Amino acid sequence: MQDWKILSRITFSSTIILNMSMFLYLIKKIFTLGSTFLGITLISFMVMHLAPGEPMSLQTDFNPKMTPEMRERLRAQYGLDRPLHIQYLQWLKGLAVLDLGLSFSPDRRPVWDKIKERLPVTLLINILAIGLILVIAVPLGVAAAVHHNSIFDQITTVLVFVAYAAPAFWVALLLMLYFGIYLGWLPISGLHSLMGYTQMSGWEKLLDWCRHLILPVLVSALGGLAGLSRYTRSSMLEVLRQDYITTARAKGLPEKKVIYKHALRNALLPIITILGLSIPGLIGGSVIFESIFAIPGVGQLMWTGVMARDYPLLMGNLVIVSVLTLLGNQLADIGYALADPRIRAGVKTKD
Amino acid sequence: MKAANHQITWLGQLGNNPLAVAGLLIVGLLCIVALSAPWLAPYDPHAIDTWHILESPSRAHLLGTDLLGRDCLSRLIYGARISLLVGIVAVGIATVIGTILGSLAGFYGTWIDGLIMRLVDIILCFPTIFLVMAVIAFLEPSILNIMVVIGLTSWMGVARLVRAEFLSLKQRDFVMAARISGASNARIASSHILPNAVAPILVATTLGVGGAILTESALSFLGIGVQPPTPSWGNMLTEGKDNLEIAWWLSMFPGLAILVTVLGYNLLGEGLRDALDPRIRDSEGKS
Repeated sequence: MQDWKILSRITFSSTIILNMSMFLYLIKKIFTLGSTFLGITLISFMVMHLAPGEPMSLQTDFNPKMTPEMRERLRAQYGLDRPLHIQYLQWLKGLAVLDLGLSFSPDRRPVWDKIKERLPVTLLINILAIGLILVIAVPLGVAAAVHHNSIFDQITTVLVFVAYAAPAFWVALLLMLYFGIYLGWLPISGLHSLMGYTQMSGWEKLLDWCRHLILPVLVSALGGLAGLSRYTRSSMLEVLRQDYITTARAKGLPEKKVIYKHALRNALLPIITILGLSIPGLIGGSVIFESIFAIPGVGQLMWTGVMARDYPLLMGNLVIVSVLTLLGNQLADIGYALADPRIRAGVKTKD
Repeated sequence: MKAANHQITWLGQLGNNPLAVAGLLIVGLLCIVALSAPWLAPYDPHAIDTWHILESPSRAHLLGTDLLGRDCLSRLIYGARISLLVGIVAVGIATVIGTILGSLAGFYGTWIDGLIMRLVDIILCFPTIFLVMAVIAFLEPSILNIMVVIGLTSWMGVARLVRAEFLSLKQRDFVMAARISGASNARIASSHILPNAVAPILVATTLGVGGAILTESALSFLGIGVQPPTPSWGNMLTEGKDNLEIAWWLSMFPGLAILVTVLGYNLLGEGLRDALDPRIRDSEGKS
């Protein structure tokens, strides 16, 4: 009883000190985030402006009516005649209010409007993919670790290796070929049917969307699925070797409880980090599956931008996508803190 | 003597791992195929034969023919050259950059380390393919440019590895001994510390080749990588996609080739990791 009181007092006073360190930690975190964000904008800008090849050249080189004066006027119109650092600051100022300039494409629409209308689709597919990855990869990895070196473990290991090496766009083609063309079960392009979509009821529309999303989500989840189940397995194996697992077993806990309550909880921590790290890959993959399945998302927009050398669009896209990645990583960090009682209390045990 | 023994052990360990041996075989075989392409390929990969377009696999054309009647097997064999070349050169560039920056960061510490690691964190925020596409948009999509761009955007992993290795090694007694005997910084870094970091670099490099080949094929597939008529597995798949309903073989085999190649490098890399340094494996999965 006495011990408990002392213990609670110690915990109480240490919380105050830790809150202070938490505050410093937050300050440091904000500084890191800010500098990373600035770095992202600077690199995006530099990539566009230092790469050889004028952004204008595609529009001007092949136009026989283009005189040098007209070219200069065009450059001035886009602000390309000013010094680089001025252009950068100008662009950064716009970025602060989400004004990313006007697209070079004939419609001359604001870049942010173009990105805004396509972002939800890409996000939706990526979030569904992350969900699918978690639902499949974690149990798979746990099962492989629990039945370490069994036939099941070996088969999943080989499958995971194959899935990890398979180019996503090729898998997409095969799935289209089999489910879309050979069996005819699933549609192979677009977000919804073109024929009769407007006459559908709400539920039918939802179903139609789902049918269109199955293959893209599956394809974008594939790589991450393989990676994560492998990490789950190795993380689980490591935890299962620990003494407290032996203790839990020795005191007679049912095996299920040992694995899911004692082992998995600890094994999940590194998995959250890995999930955060896999976000750039997932978003990057959207370029590929969006172009294959003709889905109007950010990836397809990027591709269009590359083809047209539409550099305000490319720059905007690059910045938005990497800021999203940054946010995703932060979410993973927070998730990590929430899941780990040691960090939740403000103590950083391991670096 | 001791060094020789050590080499024998890790080679032996690699040999005992069937998956790693499979990887080594695949990689070796591919190199042979790529080098001897002119003798192996049954046809000229560019020879157009309008009488035999889109033929399904037969005895004359083992993997069928494409839209211009070119032999798919021959194109696949020549494509191996492109994939391996791009993969190896790109990773070579990445390894050189990563090693230099990682050494600088780990050796000097302080603000140099801070700056370089910040740069690593920043570039890691960009989805590689977006960054590569943005750069490629303003360059000619030649093979050289693709190799350089992939190399420039994939050095971060190596830099982190080398830095970690430097951080742990520069405190050791043998570094102190070298310093006392008057070795310069450059000499300590290059001939005392770096050789100890070769194992993790080798593992990262091997695994990196698979990734670079995937990136190249994705770019070529999107039409902004290796340009036709030069056969690359990625741009062969583009043709496969356009003729999906009528010619399954155009999509099947190039993809399978990429899969097997990347699988080979990954298996070899994982095998090397296990054989060279059990430590790395144990630390895998930790943050």
